[in-house]
Amino acid sequence: MAIPPPEIHLAIKSSFTNIELVQIVIEEALKQLDLGQDEAHWVGIAVREAVANAVKHGNKLDPEKQVEIDFGVEDDCVVIRVVDEGEGFDVEEIEDPLAPENMLKPSGRGIFYMKRFMDDIDYSFRPDGGTVVTLRKSLNSSSQGSEEKEEKQK
Amino acid sequence: MTISVRQKEGFTILDAKGKITIGAGDVVLREAIQGALDAGAMKVLVNLGGVSTIDSSGIGELVSAYTSASNRGAKLALVQLPPKVQDILQITQLVTVFDVYEDEEEAMSAMA
Repeated sequence: MAIPPPEIHLAIKSSFTNIELVQIVIEEALKQLDLGQDEAHWVGIAVREAVANAVKHGNKLDPEKQVEIDFGVEDDCVVIRVVDEGEGFDVEEIEDPLAPENMLKPSGRGIFYMKRFMDDIDYSFRPDGGTVVTLRKSLNSSSQGSEEKEEKQK
Repeated sequence: MTISVRQKEGFTILDAKGKITIGAGDVVLREAIQGALDAGAMKVLVNLGGVSTIDSSGIGELVSAYTSASNRGAKLALVQLPPKVQDILQITQLVTVFDVYEDEEEAMSAMA
């Protein structure tokens, strides 16, 4: 009998220390799936970036606010949702870290890495507050990220 | 994340081990490099051979360190990049910004 894929729900308080715990849990769950070691590493980094953004930029390190993380498998894709209690942001205002004027900025690379390491990411914003980031990685794909795919489609 | 600092032939060498990630390793790295520059180091090598994971915050600290060193007229180079650190620098094209060497001997020869 096939072992069902892991389904996980985590809720953490907004501290950097807890990001480490989330990555450990997610990487353990990924070991149960048919994903290469390198790809699992990069998915773990993408989740880390999403949770770090939720803790730092979304919840602004408010210990009273939580970040929720859901992990599961849907249609041969690993799907991870990260939800914060923040005010949201304008996706159009995200700067390109490869632009010459941004190359030496100390921040602004997290979402770029998430796009590279996952097949797809999308954002939605709850009317009563809170950002939902959904990360998807196909269990059947190569390691190319969503940005490479976008480039090829142009 | 730990960093040990040693001196060798006019170079300050920082050996980093563990994770350079938000809220932990990134702060340790920042303080170690800033401490070296404040102490007057003009040639700094950051040995990343023992680094298992780096995130965007850790990369940001390396960029800040590079800028701080350049502003003081000091040189900062990275040595012994593990493949995954190399990959993450490559993706954001930062390998073209940093001076990167295979090992400290190669760096010391090039930066002498």
